[in-house]
Amino acid sequence: MADNRTLLEVEDAGRDFDVSRPWLNRVIEGEERLLLRAVDGVSFSIRRGETLALVGESGCGKSTIARLIVGLYQTSRGRIRCAGLDVTGPEAHQLRGRMQMIFQDPYASLNPRWRVGNIIAEPIRALGRTLGKAALRERVGELLLQVGLDPQDGDKFPHEFSGGQRQRISIARALSSNPEFLVCDEPTSALDVSVQAQILNLMLDLQQRLGLTYLFISHNLAVVAHIADRVGVMYLGRLVELADVGTLFERPRHPYTRMLLDAIPDLQMTGKPRTPVGGEVPNPLAPPAGCAFNPRCPHADDRCRRERPQPRDDGLGQVACFAVEERRI
Amino acid sequence: MKAALERFWDHDLAYSLRRSPVTLVALLLTLVCIGGAVFAPWLAPHDPFDLASLDLNDAFSPPAWTGSGAAKYPLGTDDQGRDVLSTIMYGARISLGVGVAAVAFALVLGVSLGLLSGYIGGRVDAFIMRVADIQLSFPAILIALLIDGVARVALPNEQHGNLAVPVLVLAIGVSGWVQYARTVRGSTLVEKSKEYVQAARVVGRSPLAIMLAHVLPNVTGPVLVIGTIHIATAIITEATLSFLGVGVPPTQPSLGTLIRIGNDFLFSGEWWITVFPGAALITLVLSVNLLGDWLRDALNPKLR
Repeated sequence: MADNRTLLEVEDAGRDFDVSRPWLNRVIEGEERLLLRAVDGVSFSIRRGETLALVGESGCGKSTIARLIVGLYQTSRGRIRCAGLDVTGPEAHQLRGRMQMIFQDPYASLNPRWRVGNIIAEPIRALGRTLGKAALRERVGELLLQVGLDPQDGDKFPHEFSGGQRQRISIARALSSNPEFLVCDEPTSALDVSVQAQILNLMLDLQQRLGLTYLFISHNLAVVAHIADRVGVMYLGRLVELADVGTLFERPRHPYTRMLLDAIPDLQMTGKPRTPVGGEVPNPLAPPAGCAFNPRCPHADDRCRRERPQPRDDGLGQVACFAVEERRI
Repeated sequence: MKAALERFWDHDLAYSLRRSPVTLVALLLTLVCIGGAVFAPWLAPHDPFDLASLDLNDAFSPPAWTGSGAAKYPLGTDDQGRDVLSTIMYGARISLGVGVAAVAFALVLGVSLGLLSGYIGGRVDAFIMRVADIQLSFPAILIALLIDGVARVALPNEQHGNLAVPVLVLAIGVSGWVQYARTVRGSTLVEKSKEYVQAARVVGRSPLAIMLAHVLPNVTGPVLVIGTIHIATAIITEATLSFLGVGVPPTQPSLGTLIRIGNDFLFSGEWWITVFPGAALITLVLSVNLLGDWLRDALNPKLR
């Protein structure tokens, strides 16, 4: 599996958050520590030059995975390796700059007090790649051109730009350290639909020109269908299905994936009945026993309520579902 | 130059200033007080600290406009024959100097601790904030009295006169850092969760670099407003300490010392010795307070 073409490998990664009350309250009121399993037992790998998308509802742990990979959070369990280097290990500093992140909110991801040129140059300066002042300015101008902005825009402040332009600045900042891998945490979900398409096309174009690898976090299936090569579906901190984009959209197998796809509005008005996503995501502090999806699943049986299904590779992709395994659906 | 002036004239703050006559008057009075204090050696009619020029025969001379006053002493003289107007100008120098220095000290201390507390969090945060809570349960003047008292015992007697002003600055500064720390901690908690801070962490910038380069410029706005209002409070605290006799020595009187000295003569009819320094103190503090209030409203986008 870990051949030269694999860039990122996530093995059984997990992350818990301590959400217990302060120590004094716990002692006085006799409460236990409360751990929230944001991500649990997630494994996947990404090949060089590929785009893997992770989709799921709010709170399913997809952003946590992104933050685990770039090292903003430490893993509680499992291992994440990029280009053969452990992202939490002592060699992690070698990955700095090779891995970059694009954030969701273009209004919060640029420091309002910094000029755009300095924002874009920050990764270069932070990595200690010494460039002369003129060379740095030239490099920033190049990056601005590359994302479709004017080199003169480097002297402006972020508030002078629209959401889409800010996201372009964010992309330019991510590219400034010449990364090979970009983690994109819902980069288009805060933008207008027309601007979303421009940003997605820019990202596809940059991927082709620079040979980038993307991990693309999204809750928008239409966006995912446009940009991804492979798609992973997450539910309550677990990866329930992982398949090529075509396979996933044409032959969704996990009941949750089917439910998500059935909920997409049909623009052709073929009269196909839409099934809204029913039920609610369970409380992640008290996840149901067995398969996390069993309370909402029309195919759940006793085994689903007792045992937890593991992802199984069946040639078409990975699915973690007993009903699929037992060929009940 | 002209362009810079025009830009200033068109700026939001200048516009808001033009719209508020009260603030304009306060600004004018503040500038008069500051100007009088800073340029006292050149503007004051007499040098109250030049013992050779003092004439005890001129003591208790009433203000110039009363029948028995002398034109030489516009606001009269005190018990030593010092010109009251000149002592006020020299006194405002010490009051303003102590106030500004104490606020600067409190601001640097409070902002640093607030940044550390908010950014690092955990035990550091809990410790700093508990210390702040404990300090808030004492009145500021008590803390200043305590520090002043300790310094008085610890320092040799001959040193005390020279070190009185630094000790005052330290005492007032230490008693006032908490509000800066709390404000900055709150804003830091908000800023630290924003994605631009995470972007800096992804490329491996150190916590100190992120605090100084990213968080600090985004949390200073409210601090400046608190600082302006705090200058007025610090001047009052200094005056109170000097009035109580634990502030600056009478050889270098601040406004508070002047009010205390004059207080002894209030009931014997020499009212001008205490009333004029008192009026000067009120004018200064009120103007600075009004400026601070205006700045708070002008910088608050919700009140524009």
